[in-house]
Amino acid sequence: MNDSTAQSARSWWQRLTGGLKRTSASLGSAISDLVSKRKLDRAMLDEIEEVLIRADLGVDVAGRIAAAVGEGRYDTAISAEEVKAVLASEVEKTLTSVAKPLDIGGARPFVILVVGVNGSGKTTTIGKLAEKFRREGRTVMLAAGDTFRAAAIDQLKIWGERTRAPVLAREPGSDAASLAFDALTAAKAQGIDVLLVDTAGRLQNKAALMGELDKIVRVMKKVDAGAPHAVLLVLDATVGQNALAQVEAFQKTAGVTGLAMTKLDGTARGGILVAVAAKFGLPVHMIGVGEGVDDLEPFVAREFARAIAGLDG
Amino acid sequence: MFDSLSEKLGGILDRLTRRGALSEADVDAALREVRRALLEADVALDVVRLFTEKLRAEAVGATVVKSVTPGQMVVKIVHDQLVATLGSDVQPIDLNAPAPVPIMLVGLQGSGKTTTAAKIAKRLTDLGKRKVLMASLDVRRPAAMEQLAVLGRDIGVDTLQVVAGQAPPQIARRTIEAGRLGGYDVVMLDTAGRITLDEAMMTEAAEVKRASNPHEVLLVADALTGQDAVNLARAFDERVGLTGIVLTRVDGDGRGGAALSMRAVTGKPIKLIGTGEKIDALEEFDPARIAGRILGMGDIVSLVEKAAATIDAEKAMRTAERMRKGAFDLTDMREQLAQMQTMGGMAGLMGMLPGIAKLKNQMAGANLDDKVLKRQMAIIDSMTPKERRNPDLLKHSRKKRIAAGSGTRAEDINKLLKMHRTMGDVMKAMGGGSKRGPMAGLANMLGLGGGMPSPEQMQELAKKLPGGLPGMPAGDGGGLPPGMPGLPPKLPGLGGGLPGLGGPKLPPGFPGGLPGLGKKK
Repeated sequence: MNDSTAQSARSWWQRLTGGLKRTSASLGSAISDLVSKRKLDRAMLDEIEEVLIRADLGVDVAGRIAAAVGEGRYDTAISAEEVKAVLASEVEKTLTSVAKPLDIGGARPFVILVVGVNGSGKTTTIGKLAEKFRREGRTVMLAAGDTFRAAAIDQLKIWGERTRAPVLAREPGSDAASLAFDALTAAKAQGIDVLLVDTAGRLQNKAALMGELDKIVRVMKKVDAGAPHAVLLVLDATVGQNALAQVEAFQKTAGVTGLAMTKLDGTARGGILVAVAAKFGLPVHMIGVGEGVDDLEPFVAREFARAIAGLDG
Repeated sequence: MFDSLSEKLGGILDRLTRRGALSEADVDAALREVRRALLEADVALDVVRLFTEKLRAEAVGATVVKSVTPGQMVVKIVHDQLVATLGSDVQPIDLNAPAPVPIMLVGLQGSGKTTTAAKIAKRLTDLGKRKVLMASLDVRRPAAMEQLAVLGRDIGVDTLQVVAGQAPPQIARRTIEAGRLGGYDVVMLDTAGRITLDEAMMTEAAEVKRASNPHEVLLVADALTGQDAVNLARAFDERVGLTGIVLTRVDGDGRGGAALSMRAVTGKPIKLIGTGEKIDALEEFDPARIAGRILGMGDIVSLVEKAAATIDAEKAMRTAERMRKGAFDLTDMREQLAQMQTMGGMAGLMGMLPGIAKLKNQMAGANLDDKVLKRQMAIIDSMTPKERRNPDLLKHSRKKRIAAGSGTRAEDINKLLKMHRTMGDVMKAMGGGSKRGPMAGLANMLGLGGGMPSPEQMQELAKKLPGGLPGMPAGDGGGLPPGMPGLPPKLPGLGGGLPGLGGPKLPPGFPGGLPGLGKKK
């Protein structure tokens, strides 16, 4: 019935490479085709660039990485494996500095505000995070700040039951900022370790909704000047170049401190992550690779880079 | 974030016309820009390649080289091809089948299937006067069925009673049965999405399709999808068989290249677009608009339509002719001001230009609102006909009288006169040098054919506005296209009809343009 149980035996690495396999396959064949016939030349670098574009790395980053692959190797005979290795190391270079786990030490309650556009997977990510923290022996509280979407509150409540975390919720349509205020006050009083605040999904070009987000942040600071201690932007791996606009807008309004990338399995390739890393240098805390409650993994630059290049673990 | 494509191409290709010949390298440079623009809009690479190849054939041919503005010609060709690919006709949802007509929605999780189901249901109920029943077949995601039930209650559309433990094909059959018994015209089947394209989802969708034999199978897809859009559309079309596509989140600032990719790959029409969170934010698909967005051109179509509808072509022609002769008097100027006002004033015009929304707010701050237009017209109205024909008559005592009559001050009148002089000078100069007849010359240089403010002018303007323009870094034209592709320089009225929008040859800072902006006192 539930195929996620069957799938959980597979490691996230397998799932990730599974997701990236189309990229790798086409890259592999492109490289083998060319390499067996001739030396590293313009046409081959173009192919590499195109493969990277197909993985949503964007024109700039793809061009830069392709150029880096060609640097000093132009016109030399090079094996397919070597090309992949160079490619992986170039991608890794971009990603290493941003692969940082989410550090929740310091404050108590540690407030994590989760933001993103509609349907990016905020509520599910919160559920997965709650489970992770609970297993680490921390007490968690969830605030159902998505007061807009029908049934979003129910969805969070179900996650609360699953992870045995108290959920602070109000009627749909009530003010999200005041709910955040109350949640933080309650979490403080009850000595909760981590408070996860859900927010309604919003497109980053909607000024009024972004203003509301700004208010949530402002209001929480009244209870705890340090709150929110982390602002997690949830990005959908299938999103294309618009992710750059999303990061920019949410960073400006809510002061995003880190990213979580979801839906990074199946056909989604998440190359946009490399583009985002290159442009903003924001830490990537975790990636979601499946629908199960444990399918949230710390982000490891090397593995991701090798998966994009089509190399085995 | 994105530079306008036509701006870039304009630079590359305009240089070429002066040389007269179009070399391979020149074409390559232009094609690279086109390719880049399309890729940045998330058009799939294969589709981009197809486009650039077609374009190469046309570019080497005579059409581009011989055109006055090759950059815009290229953009026009790309635009036309985009529209052709996207389909030119509006294709509504087809309900031409025995009731209850089943409509099945498929798509990935988070693409907006449930919301779209409710939006379509509401649309069919309100506009089509149909009785609709909605059912959620999502037995996996927490609260998915409740979400649809809540939405149904909100919009007054019935939803199928939830029975725990049923499999999706069973629910589908039960929905159709309930639809028949309840006398419903349409039943909507909202299937479960997965995060990813997996076998289980496809099998389930195919089973539901077999069980319900839907008249429409709509793929609900996010307009923000990246290069993966092609795989998504192809997979659903091959496994389930689609009849159309519904694009969601078109109200975001994504450029919607996914629409093109999906349409190109499946050949299935885009039937509807979701344009907001409100339940009635669902519109029929207009290919030209998405094509414009992909190229980063804003809603120029509306602007042109509006211009064509409101400008009195004959009157404008007369004005233009007078301008050419250097006989541009204050009466002519008043006509232009009035035309700007009919087109929705400064704010209305600005709103339709891409990338200029921010500028609009700044303008409000700089006191450059429509009151200025009105005041300037009032000044002219307070003059005698003789004064209007010959502004040189205006000395101190006359100005005092006019100021009193129009409720302005002498300095306002001076400003207006200066504006008039600059406009007259510039137009005289242009009219004299034109070889292709006054209309072509004027329209091309001044109006829509020739150009919107250039980046330099925008920056100049930025300097003059207090605090500058946010989001307009140096070197970035703020997304203003220098020209209006697709619009040949043949709209005579527009040449003289848009005093506010300046022209490429105007001295910096719009002296003849934006009234009241010339010098801040």
